[in-house]
Amino acid sequence: MLNIKNLHANVEGNKILKGIDLEVNAGEIHAIMGPNGSGKSTLAKVIAGHPAYEVIEGEVIFEGQNILEMDPEDRARLGLFLAFQYPVEIPGVTNSTFLRQAYNTIQEAQGKEDLDPLEFDDYVREKLKLVDMDPEFLKRSVNAGFSGGEKKRNEILQMAVLNPKMSILDETDSGLDIDALREVADGINKIADDEKGIIVVTHYQRLLNYIVPDFVHVMVKGRILKSGDKDLALELEERGYDWVTEELHVNGEAK
Amino acid sequence: MSDTQTIDNVVKQPYKYGFVTDIEYDEFPKGLNEDIINAISDVKNEPDFMREFRLKAFRHWQKMEEPHHWAKLHYPPIDYQDIIYFSRPKTKEKKDSLDEVDPKLLETYEKLGIPLSEQKMLSGVAVDAVFDSVSITTTFKEKLAEAGVIFCSISEAIQKYPELVEEYLGMAVPYNDNFFASLNSAVFSDGSFCYVPKDTVSPMELSTYFRINNENSGQFERTLIIAEDNSYVSYLEGCTAPQFDNNQLHAAVVELIAKDNAEIKYSTVQNWYSGDEKGKGGVYNFVTKRGLAKGHHSKISWTQVETGSAITWKYPSVILKGDHSTGEFYSVALTNNKQQADTGTKMMHLGKNTRSTIISKGISAGESNNSYRGLVRVGSKADHARNYSQCDSMLIGDRCGAHTFPYIESKNNTAQIEHEATTSRVGEDQIFYLQQRGMAEEDAVSMIINGFCKEVFKELPMEFAVEAVKLLGLKLEGSVG
Repeated sequence: MLNIKNLHANVEGNKILKGIDLEVNAGEIHAIMGPNGSGKSTLAKVIAGHPAYEVIEGEVIFEGQNILEMDPEDRARLGLFLAFQYPVEIPGVTNSTFLRQAYNTIQEAQGKEDLDPLEFDDYVREKLKLVDMDPEFLKRSVNAGFSGGEKKRNEILQMAVLNPKMSILDETDSGLDIDALREVADGINKIADDEKGIIVVTHYQRLLNYIVPDFVHVMVKGRILKSGDKDLALELEERGYDWVTEELHVNGEAK
Repeated sequence: MSDTQTIDNVVKQPYKYGFVTDIEYDEFPKGLNEDIINAISDVKNEPDFMREFRLKAFRHWQKMEEPHHWAKLHYPPIDYQDIIYFSRPKTKEKKDSLDEVDPKLLETYEKLGIPLSEQKMLSGVAVDAVFDSVSITTTFKEKLAEAGVIFCSISEAIQKYPELVEEYLGMAVPYNDNFFASLNSAVFSDGSFCYVPKDTVSPMELSTYFRINNENSGQFERTLIIAEDNSYVSYLEGCTAPQFDNNQLHAAVVELIAKDNAEIKYSTVQNWYSGDEKGKGGVYNFVTKRGLAKGHHSKISWTQVETGSAITWKYPSVILKGDHSTGEFYSVALTNNKQQADTGTKMMHLGKNTRSTIISKGISAGESNNSYRGLVRVGSKADHARNYSQCDSMLIGDRCGAHTFPYIESKNNTAQIEHEATTSRVGEDQIFYLQQRGMAEEDAVSMIINGFCKEVFKELPMEFAVEAVKLLGLKLEGSVG
């Protein structure tokens, strides 16, 4: 579904991604872990098409197309979703207006039916239950005055509403207390199915207690240095990230 | 692509009202002197009080200086002798029936989206169409007359209701008020007049649509609205002009008078030609608008969406004379390219328990400059006066400027005055966030701007709110809606 080949990217002239290869198939959950500054969030933004990042080399194939030349909205319309680490506030625009416009835009682009405000209201109320959000949220301005946890929950609500084929969750666990973390993870698990691919970007292993990954990748300094199954996350939790780098030094692989 | 480039692409939309109607004019020679003023009065067959009002204003104006020093505006001196002060399409009399109006004029308004034939019009909105210096037609007159509401051009009012005009003209904006108001008092050629009698709610929205067409003429219209005790009227004003390389002067005066328990709601969507991206051409919009909340519990509300003009100099104000009277000012001012706007309001609290609210939203893009300038003055007798002001600025790109100049003067220590101001920037991250949710870049910008302006848009009458959203869309993005 998503195939990343030898991806190199810069921001403001600094090399951040130095050759990423990653393949995610339908029904798989991949976790990308790594220390701060390893390039995890950059990878998420480059895939989604953030204009501040410059792709130097490589390909990102999604649904059979190289999406690197596409505008961010066209990638979204193909079914690519990014849950932001720092969701943006849009004062004066209600969550319901925003969600409906986003939903209808993507539906139309995919040749599917859009929903009028009443139909959409029914639809979105079902989705609110998935993330345990109060319908009052629909009337509030997008993320304006939301707590950190509310913002993250709102991201997952958007994921539920837009029903993307491929979701990248960028540090969705940061800023959440343990109860909120469990609820948000519950929501994500309900959305996940055999048709969808999910990449979970996280610094800590704790989210992976709730969202169990099929694959775990360790990213250090712009490269994926090690891949494994869910046990790798536990090992990292126990031994820290240095161990991965050291192990590679021993094997003479690090450059 | 950088943020600024992105928005630049989006902003460079052509002005779609920039066409010129090819029509013959009766016009006076350029220049201004007492002969011209007398000639205006003659051609309009005005009563003596009108002629005297004009001459008094002109004599005063000659002694005045153009206010160049305090506003944050830069433009070369205006040559007042190089302007045509009276120009009207060559037709004989003002027409009672549309069949007699030059089809070219009807076509012009049709093209502007303001069809004047009553069958095609928005039901519920009566329109006075002012083309260059004259009103060409007023719709729904009969229906309004049934309710006792007078709505006609001011020229017609001077002929038919001279006692009303004489009593109220200059009451809110005296002939010697300021440079541009005096100029207007001397040479105004037409405009709208509205009188709502006691205990009457106007059965429909009233509207004036101003169009400058002649390249060399100034437009000086005068609007006078009087709301008697316990009455209500909502009034809308729209304006556009063709694209010319030189600048046209528009110096209007609007006066509102609200008596006991009366309410006047005045809304403007201003879209004069703003000049090209290098700042060539465009309308100089120097306007004096003032409401006199004369009676107790009276209310005057100004709502404006200012998107056009090379320069906007405009401070719709309310004199809160009656006890318990209310003044409101809701404004969105959008500037782009080389546009300059210095706009705001004055709330003059004279009566007891008077209240005012100011909500100003400035949006600056390109290399434009956008200033809010507002005065809240509380007089010594205005016990328990209250004001709330909120001025928000939004910057698009990094070459524009936003400025806020709030002035507060209080002579009464029971007054409560609150002022809040914010500045924000439409950022790459905000746009990217919405794009990631499937919205095109221009829809993203539009959504952010409309959210920012929401508190003002909700004050506009429905038909206008839709138009305003579209207009901001056109000014800033591609084709919204």
